[in-house]
Parts: sequence; C-alpha cells; structure tokens
Amino acid sequence: MALLTRTDLRQALVTGLWFMFLTFPLLVIKVDPVERTVLWRWVNLLWVGGASCGAALAVRLWLAWRAARQERIRLGLAPAATIDPFRLLRQRRVALPLLVGGALFLLVFPALFSTYQINIMTTALMYVVLGLGLNIVVGVAGLLDLGYVAFYAVGAYSYGLLHLHFGLGFWTVLPIGGLLGALFGILLGFPVLRLRGDYLAIVTLGFGEIIRLILENWSEFSRGPSGIANIARPGLFGIELSLEAAIVYLYYLMIGMVLGTVFVVNRLQNSRIGRAWYALREDEIACQAMGIDKTRTKLTAFALGATWAGMAGVFFAAKTTFINPASFTFLESAIILCIVVLGGMGSIIGVVVAALILILLPEYLRAVADFRMLAFGAILVVMMIVRPQGIVPTVHRTYALNR
Amino acid sequence: MEYFIELLFSGLTRGSIYALIALGYTMVYGIIGLINFAHGEMYMIGAFTALIVSTVLSIYGLPLPAILILTALAAAVWAGAYGFTVERLAYRPLRNSPRLTPLISAIGMSIFLQNYVLLAQTADFQPFPALIPEFAFLEPYAAIIGATDLAILIVSALVMIALTLGIKCTRIGKAMRATAQDRKMALLVGINVDRIISLTFVVGSALAAIGGLLIASHIGQTNVFIGFIAGIKAFTAAVLGGIGSIPGAVLGSFVLGLTEAFATGYVSSDYEDVFAFSLLVLILIFRPAGLLGKATVEKV
Repeated sequence: MALLTRTDLRQALVTGLWFMFLTFPLLVIKVDPVERTVLWRWVNLLWVGGASCGAALAVRLWLAWRAARQERIRLGLAPAATIDPFRLLRQRRVALPLLVGGALFLLVFPALFSTYQINIMTTALMYVVLGLGLNIVVGVAGLLDLGYVAFYAVGAYSYGLLHLHFGLGFWTVLPIGGLLGALFGILLGFPVLRLRGDYLAIVTLGFGEIIRLILENWSEFSRGPSGIANIARPGLFGIELSLEAAIVYLYYLMIGMVLGTVFVVNRLQNSRIGRAWYALREDEIACQAMGIDKTRTKLTAFALGATWAGMAGVFFAAKTTFINPASFTFLESAIILCIVVLGGMGSIIGVVVAALILILLPEYLRAVADFRMLAFGAILVVMMIVRPQGIVPTVHRTYALNR
Repeated sequence: MEYFIELLFSGLTRGSIYALIALGYTMVYGIIGLINFAHGEMYMIGAFTALIVSTVLSIYGLPLPAILILTALAAAVWAGAYGFTVERLAYRPLRNSPRLTPLISAIGMSIFLQNYVLLAQTADFQPFPALIPEFAFLEPYAAIIGATDLAILIVSALVMIALTLGIKCTRIGKAMRATAQDRKMALLVGINVDRIISLTFVVGSALAAIGGLLIASHIGQTNVFIGFIAGIKAFTAAVLGGIGSIPGAVLGSFVLGLTEAFATGYVSSDYEDVFAFSLLVLILIFRPAGLLGKATVEKV
C-alpha cells in the first residue's frame, strides 16, 4: 500500500519551491551597502528547497501512517494502547531508580568534572528554579507572564545594590531578594488583575522592559549599563574559600535551592491555593462562581512565582559576581517560558527535564549554539502544534469518594 | 514655537509609521482574535528586503524612481509572503485551541524570525541608502520637516485611505468585515474564511513592510532587532485606539506618536520607550476597550 499519493508528492514539491522563493532575498543575497558589493549564496537556495521539500514529505508520510494506523485500530487489527515513553516517567518503578540515580549523579558531579562544567551545571540548575517559579504563574495559574525576567533582575540588583551600599552578605539578602521579588510581583499583579490572558502577556512584557530600561538609564541608582562588579560570593561561616571551592559550594547551594523549590512547589500544587490556581486556569468565571477569591488567588500566584525569581536573581548575582541590565532582556523571559512550555505546563518533572535539556544542550553542542535562539523559537511553535501538553504532561491528582 | 512644530511633525511621522504596523495587528485581531506577536518581525523583514533589493538595484545602476518603486514592491511582496507562511504554519493548525496556545506559538515565531534574519544576514546595524530625494521646495523648512518625513506622511495617508476604501467598498473587504463579525456565519454564507484570513495576514504584513522601508530610509540604518520594539509600540497604539477597530488603530498611533515626540522633546529622551509602555499599562488599567473600542462582556 502506497502511503504517499501523487498529490502528496506534488504538494511537497510546491512547498519546496515556495520556501525557495520565500527565503530568496534574505538567505541568498548578502549585500554590503558601504562597499556596494553583493554576495550571492546560491547553495543556500538548494538547502532550503531540499529541506522544506523533505520536511513536507515527512509530515505527509507521518499523517498517512497515523491515519492508516487508526484505521487498523478501528478494524481491530492492532492493539489500541500506545506506550508513551515519557508517560513511563510517571510510574513509580521507573521514576524511583531514575530519581535516585539522577540525585546521586548530581551529588558526585563536582568530584567528576571540571570547574567549567560545574559552572554550567549551576546555571542549568538556576534555570530549573526559574522554570519552576514561572511554572506557578504560567503553568498552574494560567497567567502568561512575559516579563518574568523583571523579578529576576529585582533579585539580582537587590543583592548587587545592598552589597555595594550596605555591605550586606548573601545570606541576609537571599530572603530580602525573595521578598522584594514578591513585592514587585504584587505591584505588577494589582493593575493587571482585570486583564484577559493575551493583554496580560503584553502588559507583563511592557513591565519587564520598563524595569530593564530604568536599570539602564537611571545611572545614579543602578550604575547604568556598566553594571555592578565585585559582588561577593556566598559565605560559609566566615571561612575563606578558594575560587574552585566557592564554585563547588555554590553548586551545592543551588542543589539545595532546587530541592527546596521542588518540595514547596509540589506541596503547593495540591494545596487549597494550588487547586484554586488550576480552577482559575481552566475557567475564570466558573472559578469565581465556586466562591474562589480571584484577586487573592491571582496575586498569590504572581507573588509566589516572583519570589523564586527574586531568589534565583540573588544566586545569579552571587555566581557571576557582576550584573548589568543586558542580562535581563526579553529573550531571557522567552527562554524561561520555553522551558515551561517544553516541559509541560504545570509539570514539575517536565520543567526540570526541559531546563536541563535546553540549557545544557547548547553548552555541549557548540555547533548548535549559534542556532540556540532559532531553535527556542521553533520549539515554542512546534510544541504548541504537536504536543501542547509538553514532554512530560502533568497528571492531576484525583480524589476517590469512599462510601 | 519652531521647536514645538518640529516635535509636532516628528510625532506625526512616528504616528504614521506606528499606524502602518498597528493596522496589521488590529486587522488580524479583529478577524481571529490573536495578538500576532510576529507582526513586528514583518516590519523588520520589510526593511531588510528593501535594503537588499535597493542595494542590488543601485549596483546595477537603475534610476532612483525605478529603484524606489521596485524596492517598495519587493518589500511588500516578500513580507506578505512571510505573513502568509507564518499564518499557515504557526496559527492555522491552532485555530480552535485555547487562547494562550496560538499566542505562545506567535512568540515562538517572532523569536524564530528574528534569529533567522540575524543568522542569514547580520546582527550589526546596516546603513540604509537614502531612497527619497531631497525636495527643493522644502528647503526653507528644512529645520522642521525633511523630505522623508513628508514622504512618510503622504505614503501612509494614501495607504490608509486605500485600505479604508478597500475594506468598505470591495467584495473582499465586505467578506473581511463579515469574517470579523462572525466567522461561522461567514462560512455559512459561502465566504472562503481561510482565504480571507490569509489575505488579512498578507495585507497586514505588506503594510508593515512599507512602514519598515520608510522608517529605515528615514533613520538611515536598520538592524534585526527593530521589529520587537516597533511591534510592541504599534500594539500599544492598536490597544489605545481599541483593538479590532481600524480608525481606532490610526487614532491610537497618532496619539502615541505625538505623546512620545513631546515627552522625549520636553522631558527626557532616555526614557522614550518607558513612556510608551507606561501609556500601555495605564490604558489597559483604566480603559481596556481603548478610545474607540466597545467593551465586551464575556458570556457563559
């Protein structure tokens, strides 16, 4: 049985030609307006044509295969149950060894790898915390927040500035950073309470940009684009640490932070407020009709999400020892959003897995590092179309009624 | 006084550009209720296509008017093609999904397009050739209005009039309005809704591309990041006027353009973007339906 018909082939060919036309000026021609020279890169045209034609064929093949399979299932020729490899992660006998193995690996990680690798891992773990924090706002409560990086910046700058002016240490500022993050979360939350999903996205984005622009322009306050340098690393009861030891120490702190976050977020999801968030996400009006205080529910979501970003910001400042507004652009928010979306909105395991994949992969595959943002954009689109529930879909706790 | 008039014209010029972009936002929102986040990138793609085409043509020694017309045509055609493709790939499969799904897809598309152009071309600022000649009759007023300002005002006015007439008087315009009012009903009376939606994207993107061409030749340079800020500002303008309403988008754009011009002229130019964003936040808090929009009540 031929899976592809003649029409399929023709349409794939048309797709290829269309993309060759579409990408012609931008991919083929490269001009130098000053020297007035033109570089023709005809090879790109072939690549684009071949790749898009192939992709179109693959999609059609997959659709045809799926249709044929469903037909077989309907006729009772094939078993209906499909094994979703990521669903397996939900089962205790698969999840437990994986979890223990992963934890052991992370614990001995500093002993096995170089300082450089530890630094990368610390960054990835930081994104796990950020992803889990944003997960509360976007994944659980369903409020699309595109300015999440603002709270991260608040945390980082609260450490930077408090350290600079008052000499406060990491441990003092960590809770302050979290609180300031929460405060800004509420500050943003209040005006946007009445807004619907898509407006909310734009306003939060505007808010994020406002914070960044203020940090950039109000030089007396934040030292402007040149940033704050020489921020102290976290202290360990006053013991002087070498650079390597400090990095390893920070790594373990970060692991502690991730564990704490996972614990709290997990407990929150099945709490009264967590269930209220889910209800709010599913249907705002029905949620209000059930007697849930919309204002309070939304504000707690913003505040709690922002708390984690604030604390992660303090960690960021302590890790890099230098901060400037360029670290807090919209792209950063987009990366964190991408983590949540890829992992599966509301799913804790998913967010952890996605953060590790998205942050570690570009670091180790230098060849793809240039295409990192391109891939992030494509991931957001493809995930929405193919698998909007994420790689590890969240499973709601169900309650049985015992008579 | 002269400073005031200079700022006034600067505001009107900005407003016209915002209007060209905001129209695409508002048309798409009116028809499928989606904030097309990737719309700002159409403006950037328009500017880049214009840069490439005009440089190639000028190297081959074509006369300036021919270059201008061909460049504008190429920018509009290719941006329209991108708009069409983006809708087909990223939005059409999601038409019946929950609201946030296409929005996230649109954000992804915006990031993708920005980085695609960055990789295909360059991340640096590119000087943009002056496509619009200096007019002799403007000589005495050079301090307050330049040739490109005038060109922007005239071109965008013409485009907006053509668009309004097109939507009001032609069959396709009528089909667009019908689709915007009620998509299912439009389908029932025999309107090819898919084609109308595609067309809306093509027209919106082409308008944005014209805007990109004009602003790039006004400022004299362009880069791949211009789409993001311009997109958000045009969105602000569309919301200010009442999203979904075409006259609203134009009005909102001029209000925003003038506000920005006077605020940067009299207050501080460092916070140019902060004014726009603050304006957006304020409108959404106090008048979420915009100046000309109707407040809608969500029914269960």
